[in-house]
Amino acid sequence: MNKIIEKFQLSESVYQLKVEAPLIATERKPGQFILLLLSENGERIPLTISDADPLEGHITLIFQAVGKTTHLLANMNEGDFIANLVGPLGTPTHIENFGSVVCVGGGIGAAPLYPIVQGLKNAGNKISVILGARNKELLILENKMKASSDELIVCTDDGSYGRKCLVTEPLKELCEQNNKPDLVVAIGPPIMMKFCSETTRPFNVSTVVSLNTIMIDGTGMCGGCRVTVGNKTKFVCVDGPEFDGHLVDFDNMMIRLRAYKKREDSDHHQCHINLKIEDKD
Amino acid sequence: MTYIPPEILQHDAKILIEKLKSKQNSLTPKDRISIPPQEMPTQDPNKRNKNMNEVALGFFVEQAKLEAMRCIQCKNAPCVDGCPVRIDIPGFIKAIAQEDFKKAIEIIKNNSLLASVCGRVCPQETQCQETCTVGKSLKDVNKAVSIGRLERYVADWERTQKNIADPIVKPNTGKKVAIVGCGPAGITVAADVRREGHAVTIFEAFHKTGGVLVYGIPEFRLPKKIVQEEVDFLKKMGVEIKTNFIVGRTRKLTDLIQKDGFDAIFIGSGAGLPRFMNIEGENLVGVFSANEYLTRSNLMKAYDKENAHTPIFDSKIVAVLGGGNVAMDAARTALRIGAQEVHLIYRRTEVEMPARVEEVVHAKEEGVIFHILQNAKQIIGDENGHVKAIECLKYELGEPDASGRRRPVEISGSEFNIAVDTVIVAIGNDSNPLIKQTTPSLETNRWGNIIVDENCKSSIDGIYAGGDIVLGAATVILAMGQGRIAARSINEYLQD
Ligand SMILES: Cc1cc2nc3c(=O)[nH]c(=O)nc-3n(C[C@H](O)[C@H](O)[C@H](O)COP(=O)(O)OP(=O)(O)OC[C@H]3O[C@@H](n4cnc5c(N)ncnc54)[C@H](O)[C@@H]3O)c2cc1C
Ligand SMILES: Cc1cc2nc3c(=O)[nH]c(=O)nc-3n(C[C@H](O)[C@H](O)[C@H](O)COP(=O)(O)OP(=O)(O)OC[C@H]3O[C@@H](n4cnc5c(N)ncnc54)[C@H](O)[C@@H]3O)c2cc1C
Ligand code: FES
Repeated sequence: MNKIIEKFQLSESVYQLKVEAPLIATERKPGQFILLLLSENGERIPLTISDADPLEGHITLIFQAVGKTTHLLANMNEGDFIANLVGPLGTPTHIENFGSVVCVGGGIGAAPLYPIVQGLKNAGNKISVILGARNKELLILENKMKASSDELIVCTDDGSYGRKCLVTEPLKELCEQNNKPDLVVAIGPPIMMKFCSETTRPFNVSTVVSLNTIMIDGTGMCGGCRVTVGNKTKFVCVDGPEFDGHLVDFDNMMIRLRAYKKREDSDHHQCHINLKIEDKD
Repeated sequence: MTYIPPEILQHDAKILIEKLKSKQNSLTPKDRISIPPQEMPTQDPNKRNKNMNEVALGFFVEQAKLEAMRCIQCKNAPCVDGCPVRIDIPGFIKAIAQEDFKKAIEIIKNNSLLASVCGRVCPQETQCQETCTVGKSLKDVNKAVSIGRLERYVADWERTQKNIADPIVKPNTGKKVAIVGCGPAGITVAADVRREGHAVTIFEAFHKTGGVLVYGIPEFRLPKKIVQEEVDFLKKMGVEIKTNFIVGRTRKLTDLIQKDGFDAIFIGSGAGLPRFMNIEGENLVGVFSANEYLTRSNLMKAYDKENAHTPIFDSKIVAVLGGGNVAMDAARTALRIGAQEVHLIYRRTEVEMPARVEEVVHAKEEGVIFHILQNAKQIIGDENGHVKAIECLKYELGEPDASGRRRPVEISGSEFNIAVDTVIVAIGNDSNPLIKQTTPSLETNRWGNIIVDENCKSSIDGIYAGGDIVLGAATVILAMGQGRIAARSINEYLQD
């Protein structure tokens, strides 16, 4: 049982929760995540630990309400308890002084990116952050990123804020400079990570991506989270979630993410109906 | 085998008991051996393959008595040698024949802690029943005295008694023991160590306790209520259970000793790392490890499509690869979830199948289609990356291999396809490397199993291990047996 101590809405469908979890707050490192389960009949879903305060004993989760469980979570309030929360899971980000690093966050990907930006900054790297969102409304963590980086580039698909382009455009420009980046970290929707990796490939810039496959146990027990990386099968929950973007088979991963699409869509639809009913009370 | 409804089994048993009444105390061994082996009453195969309720219903009291009367109480009792925890088998069976069920269960409990579980899932035909004199004289191991069914009978009898005595726990010693994993090994150690008065905390990674008994073995073979009762018993003894706690991640193993003041640790973390075939097409949509498929269905209750939020794949035609208990469980679960056809593909023959005989029989009765001496070569996908078919090869048996079983040799050019939309890989588990990775000084062998001495002590003082993490994927009874040894060692260690 983990108590929600603070709840914010960051954008139309994105929420931030501060949750009591003293042991996880102490042990966690950038790049790690938790799994939570809201009820006996619930589903275990992974969320990145986007910040933690070991002294206060809490962790921060930022999530987008996309389906059943994330909607249920969005409906919870300060003082409520999350029935089950386990972590920290996954292999922490490899942090060292690489030199100059470009960190690309697409949509909700900014949330998992944030602790990595902090970690890399603290290790002495020069950090450029590229944040992308469909529109101004959906952009999150702009101020925090600005405070933790040397340069921030914002772009939106519709041009409602910052540059009107996809994140790959400024990424390409940075790679074309004389002193090209030593490392790129890209986190966001799979399609974005795929194209970021394609963008950096011709420049030979190492690119780390963080994969958000479907998970159950999160400890390497089921293999449900597996992906193909460099023709080998890897388990995202233990071998990852971060991998060399130039080796990941994104197409296979995207297909696997949609394995339960039919069921999820109907549940999602159902939970919108339920939300509306609740609204009326 | 033809299905015999429970009423008929009971009726027949009643008549026979009546007939034997007059000479009950003067039965000769020959009389005993001529009593027909009692069949386990089960749900009708065509009904049960659509529900999750327990398949085997347990003996009627008349059957239990008759089966117990089949035991000739032979002096050398080879069955005891076949039992990994050396239960006094003739002793408890005699008590059943005398209708003293209380005494029977007490005899079992001297050696075993999980009678209602082991009575259901032990591979008796390769343990106690394999060497049974009755089976030997009838030249058929399946006609041995059904020791497991009798064990289950008295364990279930006890569960229905209202006045189960409260556990006796010695006064607090001030010592603390941590147990990693709440499977059969961990449960056993917890009970035996707590009884000596040490404080015990179990750390369990999942949100539910029971290990494989809960996430792997399905409800239709082992009702979760039984496992829950075992865990409730531990709580009654004062054992503390922390779920959602992954030792190695939430807290390092060594921190438990150095920072949290535990005096000893038992690791019973099981063998949870699914093996795949490493063949083409294994990452297509529709391919699952048995662990994933069974975890979704059992732990996350995905079979309850109305209420559970965790989805399970909507399969029409399923191929299951493997021939062990895990494969049988996956195949039978797939039927219950609604698959129209389930093909079980195994590269040796039925004789070599590691599954319990009863599970093989039940799977066939329920309609699982067996393909022996065949193996998957590759999984074929459609243009959307979903499974479309499985390509198999035929095999024949060659020379015996290291395991003593005749090695299957592929017949070249024998490839053929089966159209399927789902493939479940059930070819075994290796040990989960998580604890080893976060505790470098812990010695393991090349399969990742923790190395222990004959007292189940690991390479680190104060740290003990047992069950699947030591043995590789093994059995419940062996996990319990090692748990008892480890508990004894821990209790001795804490005395000094
Ligand atoms: C390591 C990791 C870290 C993540 N971090 C974050 C984060 O910080 N913030 C955030 O908003 N999201 C994060 N995600 C994604 C998040 O887990 C999914 O959005 C969530 O599971 C959706 O569940 P749902 O029931 O609301 O939606 P559903 O309708 O069930 O699913 C919507 C989509 O989410 C994915 N999904 C479904 N079930 C699971 C599952 N059990 N595990 C993983 N993905 C699933 C599928 O692609 C699906 O199409 C992360 C995922 C991973 C693997
Ligand atoms: C589908 C299936 C069917 C089976 N059928 C039979 C059968 O019919 N008969 C039979 O005798 N055997 C059967 N077995 C094998 C049997 O279940 C196992 O041998 C037995 O459960 C091993 O017990 P254990 O206590 O060592 O481990 P497990 O039962 O695996 O329990 C280990 C527990 O430790 C937890 N854990 C792991 N790592 C950590 C960590 N780092 N921190 C905290 N907790 C952790 C796990 O979540 C789990 O709950 C079957 C196995 C499977 C998978
Ligand atoms: S989530 Fe089960 S192995 Fe990764």
